[in-house]
Amino acid sequence: MKFRGKLVDIGCIQHFTRVITTISKLAKTCTLRITSHKLYFILTEQVANGGVRIWCELVQGNFFDEYDMEGVNKEEANEIYLELIPENLARSLRNVVQLAKSVKIKLTKKHTPCLTLEIELPSLTGHSRIVLHDVPVSVIPRRLWGDFEEPEMPNFDVSICLPQLKILRNVVDRMKAMSNSVIIAANQNGELALKVHTDMVNVTTHFKDLSNPSWSDEHGDGASQKTTVMGSGKSKFAEAKVDIRRFAQFLAGQQVNPTKVICNIVNEKVIHFFLLHDDLSLQYFIPAVY
Amino acid sequence: MVLSTQQSDDGRSHVLLGKLDNARTMANILKAIHFKESASVYASENGLKFTVEDAKCVQANAFLQGSLFSEFKMLEETSSFKVNLTVLIDCLTIFGTSATPGVMTTLKLSYDGYGSPLRLMLEEMGVTTDCSIKTQDADESLDFDFCSENVVNKIIMKSECLKEAFAELDMSSDVLEILMSPDKPYFRLSTFGNAGSTHADYSKESDMVEAFECKRTTSNRYKIALLKPSVRALAQSSKVSVRTDDRGFLSLQYLIQVDDGQVCFVEYYCSPDEECDN
Repeated sequence: MKFRGKLVDIGCIQHFTRVITTISKLAKTCTLRITSHKLYFILTEQVANGGVRIWCELVQGNFFDEYDMEGVNKEEANEIYLELIPENLARSLRNVVQLAKSVKIKLTKKHTPCLTLEIELPSLTGHSRIVLHDVPVSVIPRRLWGDFEEPEMPNFDVSICLPQLKILRNVVDRMKAMSNSVIIAANQNGELALKVHTDMVNVTTHFKDLSNPSWSDEHGDGASQKTTVMGSGKSKFAEAKVDIRRFAQFLAGQQVNPTKVICNIVNEKVIHFFLLHDDLSLQYFIPAVY
Repeated sequence: MVLSTQQSDDGRSHVLLGKLDNARTMANILKAIHFKESASVYASENGLKFTVEDAKCVQANAFLQGSLFSEFKMLEETSSFKVNLTVLIDCLTIFGTSATPGVMTTLKLSYDGYGSPLRLMLEEMGVTTDCSIKTQDADESLDFDFCSENVVNKIIMKSECLKEAFAELDMSSDVLEILMSPDKPYFRLSTFGNAGSTHADYSKESDMVEAFECKRTTSNRYKIALLKPSVRALAQSSKVSVRTDDRGFLSLQYLIQVDDGQVCFVEYYCSPDEECDN
């Protein structure tokens, strides 16, 4: 088992740091899956703890200048699964991200398995300055890999692009002060509503003129779903009530300036956020509560 | 039809209807008296008065005069109800507390009479929010019977110079003593805490003092815990008027400048600490 990668471009280092920071805001611990082509950050939470799921994937070629890995078994399972605390990784990178000349990431065996970050800093004297961080990880045995499969794209009732996250964040922060849960409702007509009902107050915020992404044939189920939605009328709302803290956490954690955030709603079951960026995608599932 | 303009969309008429160009104005003024969960609202043709009371000893009033609104209508002569102030402020600032320059949250506020909720409609950049806040019967408010004839001492000063004194009040002291006098030390704030006593003196000749009308020396003590919330009003105000009457009751009036050149008033009344009267 071997993993070694090197980030050189300052833009890549910053972007990689932002991704890790985003993940660290969303999950205390997560699974890092390393394959020869991609890196995945995965969270599969127990239903008792909220049941949130995160699936974030990035293409290594877009970040790393050098990349070398060898899985548990080269032929059948050329992959590595590690469990780590993303905050540790984020903290190692955060302070040096402005000046680092290069960042090397290695899987090492110290007292425990570690991801060792070797960060090269500029120096005036010609002697190189290097900062080392050992982030302890645990290696997940192969028999447990099954727990970390890519979640299926849900058979959603409505798919809508979210408005500017800044506006949404303000609204959700206020609502968080009023209630523990929020109802997210949307239709195929570009309308989104956030509703809070408590003993004291009912608040509804309406967004309109949003776009509804059209799912091409590569998502077969989505497309077939769309026709049924069309059948039942574009203005019909699908809605789900979710834990408002989880929603606020998702909005607050965004550091990656996504090109688009899509919100898919399976009526009264789950909200699926799909964050699209040039070189990464992040999926966030919040189950409905009742 | 005189009433036709007061018909709401669904045909009913509102007892109270107000439109405001900037909802944050209202939120800011309400924050000045937000030291208790709920506030009683008294509406009349002149505008809205929000009242918050604590321990039957302190009362804070915020006035939103009718002219502050771009449209203000009352169907009945007066109307009153009680709302949760925390929720109301949260609703008014639903699009965030700090305004983006050039962007304003417009507000339409309506109340349909006894038993109906207070409705707010807020709009900012095409995004709308509807709020419906449950109302309760208004509390009977304390009458401090504070009239200008009985005022003994009165000082009007710029708020700036009081801000620092109030921000650094020694909270280990139970009381704040306010001394006002035609002779030295003119105006003195004192606390008596664990670490010792502090006195802050203000001369009547100071540039900060705009009016000084003291007839005789009075010295009264007020519970510091009751006065501390008035810092919120002080922080926003530009001028403050400090008055005491012959019974030692204290009136603090704050003048708060609002965006469009208008002014609003917030006032605090506080009764003196009885033990120290003898």
